[in-house]
Amino acid sequence: MSEAKTDLVDVQIDGVWYQFPKGMRMIEACRQAGVEVPHYCYHPKLTSPGNCRMCLVEMGMPPRPAPGAEAPAPDENGHLPISWIPRPVIACANTIGPNMGIRTTGPLTEECRKGVMELLLANHPLDCPICDQAGECSLQEFSVEHGKGESRFREQKVKKPKNVDVGPRVRLDDERCIMCSRCIRFTDEIADDPVLGFTDRGSHTVLTVYPGRELANNYSLNTVDICPVGALTSNDFRFQMRVWFMRETNTIDTNCATGCNITVFARENKIYRITPRQNNDVNSDWMPDSHRLNFHWIESEARLTEPLVKDGDHHRIAGWHEAIATAGDKLSALDGSEIAVIASARMTNEELLMVKRLVKHLKVGHVDTVARVGEADGYLISADRNPNTNGVKLVLGLDDPGSQIEAIKLGIEQGRIKAVIALQENLVDDAGFSAELLGKLDFLLSTYPLANATADASDVVLPGACWAEKSGTMINATGRLQRLNKVVDAPGETLESWEIIRDLVQVTGGGNGIYAVSDLFKQLAAEVSEFKGLTWGQIGDLGLPLIETGVTIPALDREKQRIASGLIVG
Amino acid sequence: MAIIVQRPKLKWWEQLYIPALFIGMRVTLGHLVSILSRKTKVTMQYPEEKWDEHLPEHYRGAPALVTDEHDRERCVACQLCEFICPPRAITIKPEEIPGDDKWAKVEKRPRTFDIDMIRCIYCGLCEEVCPEQAIFLRKDYAITGTSRAEMVHDKEKLYQIGGVRVGLVNKWNELK
Repeated sequence: MSEAKTDLVDVQIDGVWYQFPKGMRMIEACRQAGVEVPHYCYHPKLTSPGNCRMCLVEMGMPPRPAPGAEAPAPDENGHLPISWIPRPVIACANTIGPNMGIRTTGPLTEECRKGVMELLLANHPLDCPICDQAGECSLQEFSVEHGKGESRFREQKVKKPKNVDVGPRVRLDDERCIMCSRCIRFTDEIADDPVLGFTDRGSHTVLTVYPGRELANNYSLNTVDICPVGALTSNDFRFQMRVWFMRETNTIDTNCATGCNITVFARENKIYRITPRQNNDVNSDWMPDSHRLNFHWIESEARLTEPLVKDGDHHRIAGWHEAIATAGDKLSALDGSEIAVIASARMTNEELLMVKRLVKHLKVGHVDTVARVGEADGYLISADRNPNTNGVKLVLGLDDPGSQIEAIKLGIEQGRIKAVIALQENLVDDAGFSAELLGKLDFLLSTYPLANATADASDVVLPGACWAEKSGTMINATGRLQRLNKVVDAPGETLESWEIIRDLVQVTGGGNGIYAVSDLFKQLAAEVSEFKGLTWGQIGDLGLPLIETGVTIPALDREKQRIASGLIVG
Repeated sequence: MAIIVQRPKLKWWEQLYIPALFIGMRVTLGHLVSILSRKTKVTMQYPEEKWDEHLPEHYRGAPALVTDEHDRERCVACQLCEFICPPRAITIKPEEIPGDDKWAKVEKRPRTFDIDMIRCIYCGLCEEVCPEQAIFLRKDYAITGTSRAEMVHDKEKLYQIGGVRVGLVNKWNELK
């Protein structure tokens, strides 16, 4: 089987001969040859039912000679003449064979596409002005490219349920549905929660949820992404912003160690939605809803926007200069063994390098990060909810991140530790430090995007940028180095963590010389052996494997099996 | 390519220029007489007098939103006008029409719709691009205010200028 798959066969696509592995889908061969075949139901990560009929193309094979007749002679390149089959075939579910011909242009295919478009649009409502899909809708795109331009359909359109609540996060509009069944296949094959299906027949077919059930699994919003039209839309994004206004930024998800590749859509410094970005080594085409929707807090009222210094019982707004100077005075007066640095595994490698500098410079005795352990869901969510635990191990050099937290608590209790620098971590709520315990400290400095109980107990509070407001690199659970890219500007006076730590190092008498996060990556490449020779540009949008961790992502393992068994293209 | 202009050949009395002064003065005096005897009227006393009833049908004044014959606000907040507007004068914040509303089936409407009349260049692209025939350039041209904020027309003001338009869009009628 695998041997046969590596056999290359000659295929002629639109008059040009190519070589592709035998058994490849015609649509994939066309795609690789740079010819787009319009399609709705086909998705490389799902099985091909071939029900939308949009990908009809002309196909031909060498003529089979009649018994006794002479076989056709190959030309000088060894290609046999092609006799074209008078009926079109679907490119998504047929595979290529030796000496096959595919024609994606010409009167037959053009007529087919025009016909399919006319039938799809016959009952399609004129909802584009209120439809969230408008602007990224395959039906709009293909009707411009292949449609007739006007409707011959004078009868009344079929009425179907609109604005149906199919689940907590997804809204269904049955009139817009073109019966491609991508969502049905996704919930069945990928999310293992087959709650969607078609009922009724002909033009009255509707997409429905199984009675008494709802589309509530944690991957439900992926159906919105793969819906080629506006039948399934996101409740969270509903009517928030038209897609053509938003700027797309490729970055990574920081909610767990998987580091799903994402595209963040923002307009005028406000994030409106997050969609998964294809990376077949990390998250395939999918991402969990819980991670996708976890961005609204960035605009929270509780955002810290100015450096604060505690005066008596209250915090007052201080400039960066004063806040850093206050911290510098306090820290310089203490011995390194009396200081603990609690960094975060949510920080980028570059920021962790700066933490390492700070630790070395102040000769800090106690360093750790806060561990976040949840439950792995068996798909994409990792049990480690920190995005850069591997970075902490590699860059900061901690063997077992999170193991020293109890020792630090004990140290504070016994008065051995007099100052704590909490970088991008909420000690009270996330690491189990009580406010009384923190009260025993002589000096507590915390940086965090949001105001919280730790900030309340801190002597100096510095606003640190969140994941969407900074650039850097992170290493995911499988050991892949990935790039985090800045999406929006941080509010107010907020600075990125590496800038804050640089200032702290500088004010306590250390050196400077770092002006951009790219400088830090260069130093990382010079100092950490695993990063040797790497450049920022080399990492690219899809990242690159850096270290071997032995961890695999369950959803990808299953996808590989499905590709191996020939169910999907992948 | 240089063009050589032929200068007219002037007669000797034309070269004196004095007769031309008298010819010109005759025209001037003729106007003076016709104005003094109120035969011609040259100045319209704006703003006491206005030309409003003579404005052509295609006159492009302030853009405004309209309601239809059923008192439904036509705008569905598709934001195409916001997109096309060359000086970016339009800002729309959409919202969902609640389920108990009479027009719940339209699903979407503008929560706020602001046109900054300091920015507006009266180009009419918003009217042209509107798929719902909801925005029209009216004949209002004297848009004044004493502050920048006053020069921003909000939804209420836009409907007040726009009024009602009948016909044209049958998309949201009972067949829908």
